[in-house]
Amino acid sequence: MSTLTLAKAINEGLRTAMEDDSKVLVMGEDVGKLGGVFRVTDGLQKDFGESRVIDTPLAESGIIGTAIGLALRGYRPVCEIQFDGFVFPAADQIITQLAKMPLRSLGKLKLPVVVRIPCGGGIGAVEHHSESPEAYFTHTGGLRVVACSNPVDGFHMIQQAIRCDDPVIFFEPKRRYWEKAEVEKGAVPLAFDRGQVLRPGTDVTVLAYGPMVKTCLEAAAAVAEEGRSLEVIDLRSLNPLDTELIFESVRKTGRCVIAHEAPVYSGLGAEIAARITEACFYNLEAPVLRAGGFSTPYPPSRLEDHYLPDLDRVLDTVDRTFAF
Amino acid sequence: MRVNWPNQDGDPISTALNAQERHVTPDASRGAEAPPELVQLLTPEGERVEHPAYDIDLTPEEVRDLYRDLVLVRRVDMEAVALQRQGELGIWASLLGQEAAQIGSGRALTDADMAFPTYREHGVAWCRDVDPVNLLGLFRGVNHGGWDPAEHNFHLYTIVIGSQTLHAVGYAMGIQRDGADAATIVYFGDGATSQGDVNEAFIWASVFNAPVVFFCQNNQWAISEPLEKQSKIPLYRRASGFGFPGIRVDGNDVFACLAVTRQALKNAREGQGPTLIEAFTYRMGAHTTSDDPTRYRVAGELEAWKLKDPIERVKAYLFKNQLADQEFFDSIEAEAADLGRDVRKRCLEMPDPHPLEIFDHVYSEPHALLAEERAQYAAYLEGFEGSER
Repeated sequence: MSTLTLAKAINEGLRTAMEDDSKVLVMGEDVGKLGGVFRVTDGLQKDFGESRVIDTPLAESGIIGTAIGLALRGYRPVCEIQFDGFVFPAADQIITQLAKMPLRSLGKLKLPVVVRIPCGGGIGAVEHHSESPEAYFTHTGGLRVVACSNPVDGFHMIQQAIRCDDPVIFFEPKRRYWEKAEVEKGAVPLAFDRGQVLRPGTDVTVLAYGPMVKTCLEAAAAVAEEGRSLEVIDLRSLNPLDTELIFESVRKTGRCVIAHEAPVYSGLGAEIAARITEACFYNLEAPVLRAGGFSTPYPPSRLEDHYLPDLDRVLDTVDRTFAF
Repeated sequence: MRVNWPNQDGDPISTALNAQERHVTPDASRGAEAPPELVQLLTPEGERVEHPAYDIDLTPEEVRDLYRDLVLVRRVDMEAVALQRQGELGIWASLLGQEAAQIGSGRALTDADMAFPTYREHGVAWCRDVDPVNLLGLFRGVNHGGWDPAEHNFHLYTIVIGSQTLHAVGYAMGIQRDGADAATIVYFGDGATSQGDVNEAFIWASVFNAPVVFFCQNNQWAISEPLEKQSKIPLYRRASGFGFPGIRVDGNDVFACLAVTRQALKNAREGQGPTLIEAFTYRMGAHTTSDDPTRYRVAGELEAWKLKDPIERVKAYLFKNQLADQEFFDSIEAEAADLGRDVRKRCLEMPDPHPLEIFDHVYSEPHALLAEERAQYAAYLEGFEGSER
């Protein structure tokens, strides 16, 4: 058992994966000597060398495109996209090539490429450094999309993503990088395409992932004093979704709130709400409601507290489900 | 006739460029005279010529084999065009005119080398022993690519322009890490040189000294856009700005393409890094069967290039040097006819995939969402049991 921050837990997960399999490579901008701008790859180049921890030219499409080529040669590259807003130059390679090549080959090719993306806001950053682009990728068949929310998952899920033969988009909530938890490295982890009930409850199911998990757990703790019982589920996997876990909870509570930083409109919450409505129609006491970002570009950081759904916005949404 | 370059009057740089680059002007004389820096070992008339830097020593049998390759891939291509015209293929991208560039470079590869094609490299596919019928699946719409890339060391066709250049560089970086005696070659066209991915691939290959050969078939046209829409300088010269050699070869000369590519691959394998080869050729057909070149280029241009046909010059060379007799040429024609018939027959026999195959191979490991959708659609289809669907 050791106490790790999320950033350190992912770092240790990467290190373990690299020790376990010599084909695992880390590549990205500033991942070498600097250890990445968030230090997630700290010390890896020193210990595994420049041929396994590759400081790349500043070209995101190049990072993903060459990672595909390395994967075709039998390597398992883990790519770091420095910030969420910089993934778009790589979107072509991710969507037209990475996601589709296994199908194009009728299953003869596997592309075990992990794309790590620090995501979300809340750190007072400049434009393009606070985005939540997950829905672009959950909409693309051929990709698996996961989001870790805590050090335990950070350590285990990164290793599971690396071991997976499919391409994985791996979201890391950057404002939670410094959150600490006890990590049991030898534990048998939950499958990385499953969700997890982090706080059982009876009145409302609250679904979250990545940075919003902590916010929702705090919200649940706050209303518990008022006698309201929220069941908080960390989705962990965004494509595929662990729908059975979600449905089971909603059938019990009859109410559901989905929280994400990304804009509500056409966000992942819309997909989840539609699926809950279809599967749990007769169990619902209220429409599924969503708390999330506005349908605007991410605002300047002095306004981000208004944009991001915080504890009060989540609880306001919870309150609204009781208005029906 | 000269194109009017913008701002050329009185600008010494532009004037110099124009003086040097007559061969990129979009008129009927395009390419009619070979640009001086072109590596050529066999003239359009079938005369062997020497080049100070490149030579090739081929046995008569090897020359006959190259001739056979050229004729057979042209026949496959012709059959595919016909199949499209008859509604059996949705579309086809003809290689007509580019046979020498593809066979010459394709035959330069060793088994261990890896090739990354666009969607027009039917000749390279031939060199890598990919069954021509497998190429048709993509164009018939029964799959997105039907061969095993690892079995042939020939990657799947890539339709997004230039994407594969990065895959080739990444693969080459893998070769470096494996310490293997191999190189990659990646094919792309003149239009692709404008893509960001191609330029990124140049940068990566250069800074990592990757064992990769960039083989650009400059066929003068990117659908309707002539080369001037992509570049103000000859494409091979782009390489120098990225820090590796570039060379322009007569793309209709199979000897020169073989010699130049062989050398570039050797250099790559020996750790000397990438080379850009610009194979100066001509797309004699349409961009694809959906295209109509009469809307944008003059007939005289095609006529000028017909005189530089990649197959005729090898035939002339074989004849002149008495390396093959009429019986040989007749036998190749007969083999081509048989191949055409066989390709046609097996194309028509290609079964449509089962509807539920939509869900196959999207993921390598079980995926709950796809399993659910597959089951739902299977149940839906079962509702039509006994009726036509």
